[in-house]
Amino acid sequence: MNILDLTITQLHEGFRNKNFTSVEVTKAYLENIKKTDKEIGAYLLVTEGLALNQAEKADKLISLALSGVEGNGGDFPLLMGVPFSVKDAILVEGQKATAGSKILENYVAPYDATVIKKLKTQGAVILGKTNLDEFAMGVSTENSAFKVTKNPNDLTRVSGGSSGGSAASVAAKQAVYSLGSDTGGSIRLPASFCGVVGLNPTYGAVSRSGLISMASSLDQIGPITKTVEDCRIVFDAIKGKDPLDATSIESQISNFKSEIKNIKIGVPKEYFGRGINSNVKKIIEDAIKKAKKHGAKIVPISLPNSKYAVACYYIIVPSEVSANLARFDGIKYGLYEDAENLLDGYMKTRGRGFGIEVKRRIMLGTYSLSSGYYDAYYKKAQEVRQIIKEDFIDAFKKVDLIFSPVSPIPAFKIGEKTDDALSMYLMDIYTCPVKLAGLPAISLPVGNIGKLPVGLQIIGKYFEENKIFNIASQLEKML
Amino acid sequence: MISKDEVRHIAKLARLELTESETAKMQKDLSSILDYFDLLKKVKSEKLKAKNSGLKFKSNLRKDEVKEKPASLANNLIQAAPDKKDGYIKVKSIL
Repeated sequence: MNILDLTITQLHEGFRNKNFTSVEVTKAYLENIKKTDKEIGAYLLVTEGLALNQAEKADKLISLALSGVEGNGGDFPLLMGVPFSVKDAILVEGQKATAGSKILENYVAPYDATVIKKLKTQGAVILGKTNLDEFAMGVSTENSAFKVTKNPNDLTRVSGGSSGGSAASVAAKQAVYSLGSDTGGSIRLPASFCGVVGLNPTYGAVSRSGLISMASSLDQIGPITKTVEDCRIVFDAIKGKDPLDATSIESQISNFKSEIKNIKIGVPKEYFGRGINSNVKKIIEDAIKKAKKHGAKIVPISLPNSKYAVACYYIIVPSEVSANLARFDGIKYGLYEDAENLLDGYMKTRGRGFGIEVKRRIMLGTYSLSSGYYDAYYKKAQEVRQIIKEDFIDAFKKVDLIFSPVSPIPAFKIGEKTDDALSMYLMDIYTCPVKLAGLPAISLPVGNIGKLPVGLQIIGKYFEENKIFNIASQLEKML
Repeated sequence: MISKDEVRHIAKLARLELTESETAKMQKDLSSILDYFDLLKKVKSEKLKAKNSGLKFKSNLRKDEVKEKPASLANNLIQAAPDKKDGYIKVKSIL
């Protein structure tokens, strides 16, 4: 048995049976990070001191629980003592939070994100902060101001993005699980490229307090894990309404059991058309056939307005970005470049602190919102967003879940697309429509092209994460 | 194709200093992306009007009341500022 292969429930059982301690598990992970991360580059910061401290505390609480003096029948939280990594856009008090940007290179988080508070309450162990595209803008981590995270399956290829460091850390056994964030595909795409499970929860299911904002009408925090079961455990731990995030909702997440033989799976024809790699297509179709063989009813559906999604998304997101990133003015936090007057200080600080993709989006957003262009771009995009959403709502009248690829191609070569912003944007083609509608979706590894993993996207109805988990875990066992 | 002057104007509105090479790159990139956005012109506005029934999210406002936070939080927040004095953030004079 390799301790680094164990899932959350297996670790929990191991702690309960005193097979190993959290300190031992944490040390094994820290050692593996030291051994492998020079090559992979998943971490921006390893919080060794914090991790060992939390692990020791967890061990004390576990032995206290097992001794029975607490009168809790030897129970302790599932995530207690389990080491995980955190995307560097999520705040951990007292630790640096760079969001992958030079402008926040020396920023120390003044408080914990709500998701971190929740995991700390469970006794989880924080191994470090993982790499991402600057401010989560990108699909490959190549936009990080610090480094590129390589794909653990093939070091010449990207890990996907923006939560590339998170996905790579789980795939390379440098963390049991990770927290990422998904705005257009930033959890599902790297999960698909690296061959791990990644959930983008329903908009509002998880608090974003303490997540450095990119586009607030879309950003969601979610888990990246080894298995579907782990994904459910982490999601259950972080979900729920939070007074610090006005868009968070008390989850009406249904708890029914669904079996694959009783469900209807919608397959949108638009997601298998032009531009999809033929091997990706075959792997996804094979997964659908397996579901069919086990009794699922396969229903061809149409999401006709999805073809507008990328254009719609890349107007709405930059518009929100241009507003959200106005806060980086060199005064409240982060980098400051001195200048003659206040205006020049803004211009210089932002000119030097932001990378090219961030600038591009701020420019696009400023343009889309500017007088004379607002109606043609921003307003139009908001209207189109609505019809994209209604496509899904109509489809879900006929089916329980929708299956599609996560991405039209597997992980691409580092540097292959860096000069072509639009081709990067088109990587979101199957993931961003889901976000515009606010729906939950998982990426489940279902096959490989050579060394490169391919993820199946399973999209559910609002707050039906549990149905996604049920079916995904049944599929996971078949593959 | 948008002009370099337009790029410079937007950059100024966005409070971004761009180098000459960045300006040239922006001109090229923004032009090709804006061309791609033309796709949305194909969506007929009648279709939008008919469809925009609106799925409404409930507004979710908290009570307007002061909540006490630990002094350490205020301190942490001030500490993050590049320039500060006596617990205040310093800003260049604007008058």
